[in-house]
Amino acid sequence: MRIDHLAALTAAFVFPLFPAWSFEIELERNFTRPGNQEQLDIISTADLGPFTPIISAFQDENPGIDIRYVVASSVELFKALHAENASFDLAISSAMDLQIKLANDGKSVPYTSATTSRLPGWAKWRNEVFAFTREPAVLLISRKAFSALPVPRTRIELIELVRSHPDVFRDRVGTYDVRSSGLGYLFATQDSRNSEVYWRLTEVFGQLGSRLYCCSAEMIADVENGTLALAYNVLGSYAQRELSDGGGNAQLVTFEDYYNVMLRTALIPASATNVSGAGRMIDFLLRLDLRPDLVERSGFPAIPLSGSGGLDNTNSIHLGPSLLVFLDKLKRRKFLEYWSSSLRLDGEPGDRAEQRILE
Amino acid sequence: MMPRVSSGSIRLRLTTQLVVVAAVLSIVFVYSVWSVGKNTAETTQDKVLSAAAASIADALRTERGELVVDIPYSTFSMLEAISDDRIFYRIIVNGTTVTGYEDLPADPSLVDSRVPHFSNNVFVGEDVRTVAVKRSFSALGVPVDVVVFVAQTRAGYTRIASDVLSVAAWVGSGFFLFAIVLCLVASQSALRPLREVARAVERRGPEDLRPMRQLTPVEIAPLVSALNGFISRLESSLIRAEEFIADAAHCLRTPLAMIRTNAEIALRTTRSTPSRQALREILKAADESSRSTGQLLDHATVTFRSDNMKVERVDVVSLVADTIDRFEPVAEMKGIKLLSTPGRTTVDCRADPVLLRSALGNIIDNAIKYSPADSVIRVSTDLPLDRIRISVCDQGRGFGEKSCEMLTGRFTRGDNVEDIIGSGLGLTIVAKVVDSHQGELCIASNPEGAGTCVSIILPH
Amino acid sequence: MRFLLVEDNKRLSKAVATRLELDGHVVDDVSDIDTAETMLGVAEYDMILLDLMLPDGSGSDFLRSLRSKDNGTPVIVITARTELTDRVDTLDLGADDFLVKPFAFPELQARCRAVLRRKRGRSVNVAKLGNVAFDILDGTLTVNGQVVTLRNQELRLFEILFCAPQRIHSKAHLVDRLFSFGDSGSENAVEVYIARLRKKLRGSDLRLETLRGRGYRLSSNS
Repeated sequence: MRIDHLAALTAAFVFPLFPAWSFEIELERNFTRPGNQEQLDIISTADLGPFTPIISAFQDENPGIDIRYVVASSVELFKALHAENASFDLAISSAMDLQIKLANDGKSVPYTSATTSRLPGWAKWRNEVFAFTREPAVLLISRKAFSALPVPRTRIELIELVRSHPDVFRDRVGTYDVRSSGLGYLFATQDSRNSEVYWRLTEVFGQLGSRLYCCSAEMIADVENGTLALAYNVLGSYAQRELSDGGGNAQLVTFEDYYNVMLRTALIPASATNVSGAGRMIDFLLRLDLRPDLVERSGFPAIPLSGSGGLDNTNSIHLGPSLLVFLDKLKRRKFLEYWSSSLRLDGEPGDRAEQRILE
Repeated sequence: MMPRVSSGSIRLRLTTQLVVVAAVLSIVFVYSVWSVGKNTAETTQDKVLSAAAASIADALRTERGELVVDIPYSTFSMLEAISDDRIFYRIIVNGTTVTGYEDLPADPSLVDSRVPHFSNNVFVGEDVRTVAVKRSFSALGVPVDVVVFVAQTRAGYTRIASDVLSVAAWVGSGFFLFAIVLCLVASQSALRPLREVARAVERRGPEDLRPMRQLTPVEIAPLVSALNGFISRLESSLIRAEEFIADAAHCLRTPLAMIRTNAEIALRTTRSTPSRQALREILKAADESSRSTGQLLDHATVTFRSDNMKVERVDVVSLVADTIDRFEPVAEMKGIKLLSTPGRTTVDCRADPVLLRSALGNIIDNAIKYSPADSVIRVSTDLPLDRIRISVCDQGRGFGEKSCEMLTGRFTRGDNVEDIIGSGLGLTIVAKVVDSHQGELCIASNPEGAGTCVSIILPH
Repeated sequence: MRFLLVEDNKRLSKAVATRLELDGHVVDDVSDIDTAETMLGVAEYDMILLDLMLPDGSGSDFLRSLRSKDNGTPVIVITARTELTDRVDTLDLGADDFLVKPFAFPELQARCRAVLRRKRGRSVNVAKLGNVAFDILDGTLTVNGQVVTLRNQELRLFEILFCAPQRIHSKAHLVDRLFSFGDSGSENAVEVYIARLRKKLRGSDLRLETLRGRGYRLSSNS
């Protein structure tokens, strides 16, 4: 089943506060405290759940700031800031490529502080895009489905396994709809770069009929409830968090051949009105590693600042303008054509999201 | 006497010139390093840009008669490897933008096939360097021109250039400071031979008019030889001056002696009262001119000599005793007693004895001249306040109302001595001698009654 | 006294000799060193008056050779140059004194006396007239064994009179001889000195007569 659009799932939370803008948001929450003078508008792809403790802690540390937290998909977030210059003070997104494109196209402003200067070079670009988490893409499997099967350690093993047990996996393989999910597209394109195995895997998924998702949360839920036998390229951090209070059916598998690590990034949009507040929030996020309680509650694997222990970033997706390549209109069309045909999807290879990004 | 310093110090000039040279060199160094750095940064950017554009162009292919644009992932990696600059691109096929930034300034008509074309533009508010690469294809027999534009902001390269400039500036300033120190040392040592010559000249005694013999650098040699030439001219002119004074004296005095002697003879032999009176006048006039001549010559000698003093250790007490001996017969003729107040046995002083004797002689001569018969002149030597004082006290008529300052002026005499022969040069000579010895001349009334005390006070 | 005058200017030399002879001295005047040395070989002099500039050499050379021959004859150098420069040299070479031209004869006399006084011991110069012994250099009179000191002008006045006894010296003549012409001498002063001398000569064989309108004369009773 293909979940066509976010709107259907989030309709109840959408308040068209700014009707002039055409981007769509999923949810908006105001964190206000009496007597606060300052306002900080954050647009983010991260769900409210993991972010609420972070915002509370930030407000404890920086009294006087009211925060409006708007959740949107990474594509909508990009659209809001790139095409519509919507006014937000801070943009937090898991779509590294789109964040880089915002910065490359002059849609963000640089920010430097003592904290940002301690951030490793690979975790920032132009002092405009700052990474504060390192979240791997993982394979999520259903324990029930895999009860009689070995847990695959590599993609090759996965291909073999799925091929040899079509009964178990038919219509029970889930992955991102890369046409609508920015993060899914990012993982997919990086996979395609990393290994030719990716296309074989996609083809196998296509043969069995795969379910496409907009978001990790739904995939996790469907693995948990047994709808899916496996979900490929699930955001590990989400899975971890969901599993901790789930039923225990889903199991997290990290491939041994390779895995992609997404860096969740924050930037200050050029349209920001409260740059200093945004800067303080960036500093706060970059220091997340020093707050194990928040790491615990949010489930965000924080990036340690330099000096607090080196970190191997081998698997991290490189944060830089090379990410722009897959955002190229023709390149994207080509990729989606490949992807669609591999998955044996009907209809147009491109989608509306593509149009939004590149026009 | 200090020389007139009109054209500043050689050391300053030398240092200034060296420093200017060092500054010019530093600036040239900084400028060339900076321009090389800038150039290198620009060239690097151009090379990377054209490599990136070429990699896109090289990936162009036709598939089933259709042009496929597939930007290699590495294209932007190579650009971002160099700097954090923003990257833009635009691909135009037969005049139509097929992908990339549609508003990136680009003019495909300027681009030649196979030769990268560079331009500077402004895009999204920033300076960008743009490279354009053109490729021509044939798709199903239809010619297709593809122009790939790749642009990059220049901040990183500007920063590289400015980093190079700042390093060059630091190194340049360091070099400059080091050069200043070297300049000071160099000018110091370059002028050392000059100072040595100056010291050698200073060390010489006043009578040492031998040519300088020390080894000097080539550059100083003309100075030393000029100095030697000057020394020899000085020596001969000194000799000439002394000879001239002596000759002048001789020429004047011998005829005067003749006049005087003959007049005396005539006076002794004639009995005619008018003739005797006339002869007395002649004798008076002869004495007057003799005295004036003597003092003029003395004055000339003293003037000449006080510029070329021959200072030596002089025992003032014995000099005073000698002078008293010399004047005793003259004083005796007038019934004047010259008394030396007994005091110390020796008092040493650094002075030119000829000048000092002349000064003392003039004072005593004056005292004898202006003292009445049967009076006493006391000459005493003492050491008040660690200085040497030679006082000559007479019982004469004093100097009247004229001030000391005026008395020492040339040809000035006291205002009550019109009846006594004198040119008025005596005290001028004394003052000159005293002056050239950095001493003082003091004229006061004799504390022991009538008369005057003239004192020479010299540094010990 | 007997003088040897070494002076190359003949006219001056002649005049000086004449002048000295007027005072009763004997003068040999020569004009070069050679002659001077010849004269010294044959006669003995009380005083040598030596000019420094001579045709056949310098006076100082002559002086040096004189002293090296152990000849102690007093020498007064007469220089026409400046006293300042010549003084040291000549005195160092053995001159006893020196005079700068032109000189007054009273000064020459005074210097001669001073020199001779310093050199005494070699020749005692005492003249006797009657019962008066006169030591010119010391300026003492010995009358009947009693020593009387004459001072300055008294001495010079007595010397003039003593050298030419019986001769009448006019007052004007005495004034001229006693006082150098720059000084203010007067006939009254002469009278004062005459009176003092008379007092000091009391009891001796010598008489100082006043010849009214003509002058003074020293005469002996004996």
